[in-house]
Amino acid sequence: MNAKEIVNEIKRGEKTAAGFLFECKNKIEKKEEEINAFISLDLERSIEKAKEIDKKIKEGKDVGKLAGLPIAVKDSITTSNFKTTCGSKMLEGYHPPYDSTVVSKIKEEDGIVIGKANCDEFCMGSSTETSYFGSTRNPVDEERVPGGSSGGSAASVKYGANPLALGSDTGGSVRCPASFCGVYGLKPTYGQVSRYGLIAYASSLDQIGPIANSIEGISLLFNVISGSNDMDSTKVEEERGGSQIELSLNDLNIGIPKEFYGEGVDEEVEEKVKENLDQLRDKGAKLKEISIPSMEYALSAYYIVAMSEASSNLARFDGIRYGFKQKMNDNWEKVFSQVRKTGFGEEVRRRIMLGTYALSTGYYEKYYEKALKVRTLLKRDFEKAFKEVDFIITPTMPFRAFEIDEKIEDPLSLYMADILTVPVNMAGLPSLSVPCETNGLPIGLQIIGDSFEEDRIIELARKIKEE
Amino acid sequence: MGFISDKEITEEDVKHIANLAKIDLDEVEIKKFKKQFNDILDYFNKIDEAETEGVEPTYHGLNLKNVTREDEVKDELSQKEALENANESEDGFFKSPRVKE
Repeated sequence: MNAKEIVNEIKRGEKTAAGFLFECKNKIEKKEEEINAFISLDLERSIEKAKEIDKKIKEGKDVGKLAGLPIAVKDSITTSNFKTTCGSKMLEGYHPPYDSTVVSKIKEEDGIVIGKANCDEFCMGSSTETSYFGSTRNPVDEERVPGGSSGGSAASVKYGANPLALGSDTGGSVRCPASFCGVYGLKPTYGQVSRYGLIAYASSLDQIGPIANSIEGISLLFNVISGSNDMDSTKVEEERGGSQIELSLNDLNIGIPKEFYGEGVDEEVEEKVKENLDQLRDKGAKLKEISIPSMEYALSAYYIVAMSEASSNLARFDGIRYGFKQKMNDNWEKVFSQVRKTGFGEEVRRRIMLGTYALSTGYYEKYYEKALKVRTLLKRDFEKAFKEVDFIITPTMPFRAFEIDEKIEDPLSLYMADILTVPVNMAGLPSLSVPCETNGLPIGLQIIGDSFEEDRIIELARKIKEE
Repeated sequence: MGFISDKEITEEDVKHIANLAKIDLDEVEIKKFKKQFNDILDYFNKIDEAETEGVEPTYHGLNLKNVTREDEVKDELSQKEALENANESEDGFFKSPRVKE
């Protein structure tokens, strides 16, 4: 049953919110120890909350769009009821005094945040192996990674702890774990969802997005969290969404960018995506080969921008106002450097230092500014593409989930895994990972749309899944 | 400005970067990061080939406007709440390490 159907049953009194939460609790008690999808969990309070919602329904009072639905929130998103660690020792005991905008919106609609999902430390990784709180395992094959950095969010949805979860996506962190775990994951247009309360990694790329076991779940949660507010320092000029979309495959041109296929992409993954494309063509859509020529520079440019922004954003972790507590019996420089040595894990230190280097005198033009110019080229390539086609379809990840410990010692090989997801973040575009393998290890298909076309992307995903 | 292009990163460079980033490193880490930085930067150098003459840098994927609001006092965090996560506090202030010897 999908999230929308569950809410409807709860609202009609055919099912109780508390009863559904008990079902989820049973799954958590069976699977969580193996999978490690959560950093924090509070089932008791969640059940109390569910009972309150049941009571309201019984009394005939209005309830929200997410009435009684259990939701996991990635631990990079602040919550006043739970500590928020971002997967780091640096924030091990951090209790935010406020809720992020997205969590406030979930609460307003009577959704129940049951816990905080595991993630790569400060969202830096594609496997959830860099979390200070241990790796999350892929529920489909526990020897394999769930993807990252929102690995706990996707794994919790996959094993049935909750039908919905929130992740955050800087270079693929929602779509990668969705692809590896066989669930849906949407990275909205940059600016479509408020970032207030999202612990910043790379501010010009970060975006919060929903993960769900159904398209209906994605649509439901996306509509609840959409919209920025005055707590955001930047705002997009236009916001859309929430409208009813009619989509006829006969009128659609779907772009197949040649740079996203072939070398480096696993043959079975490519075959599976192409099977789906053939089916779309059989149903009336026109397929068109297109080109994103600057793709060959996308990964380098992305990492330079992300690391540079990270080096600046993570300068705030000084161990004074919050975060890892170090005895302050030495001078500022020494205490500060010690806090950051002990509080940050290896990957975080690596990215902060590389970002610092890319911004330092003599290298700024060579790395940071050059990467931003490449970003302009990427943006232009996509603008040109969307003049010719309505959507672009690619594999989400170049391969299926890899084994735990397979890549973690070789950072560059792990970075390469993001090759097909980062271009979208650089251009600010929305994209959805749709599971397209029903047997064995999951494969994800990525639908990329033009800015603010989330509703149309969701509608196309429905068409793909229609028999 | 001329680039100090394609120069190999030395252990001294790693120490310099670590100091700029204010991250303490031990000798083993310095050696490990030196090798990794060279591998990673070697890959990043690929962007040198991109033709970007006359191309403006893009700071954000989309056109954004800054959000400003009136400078009014509102109900925000109390001093107690703001200090709750502090390492040490004194008289309602954050306490920090000595800045000068």
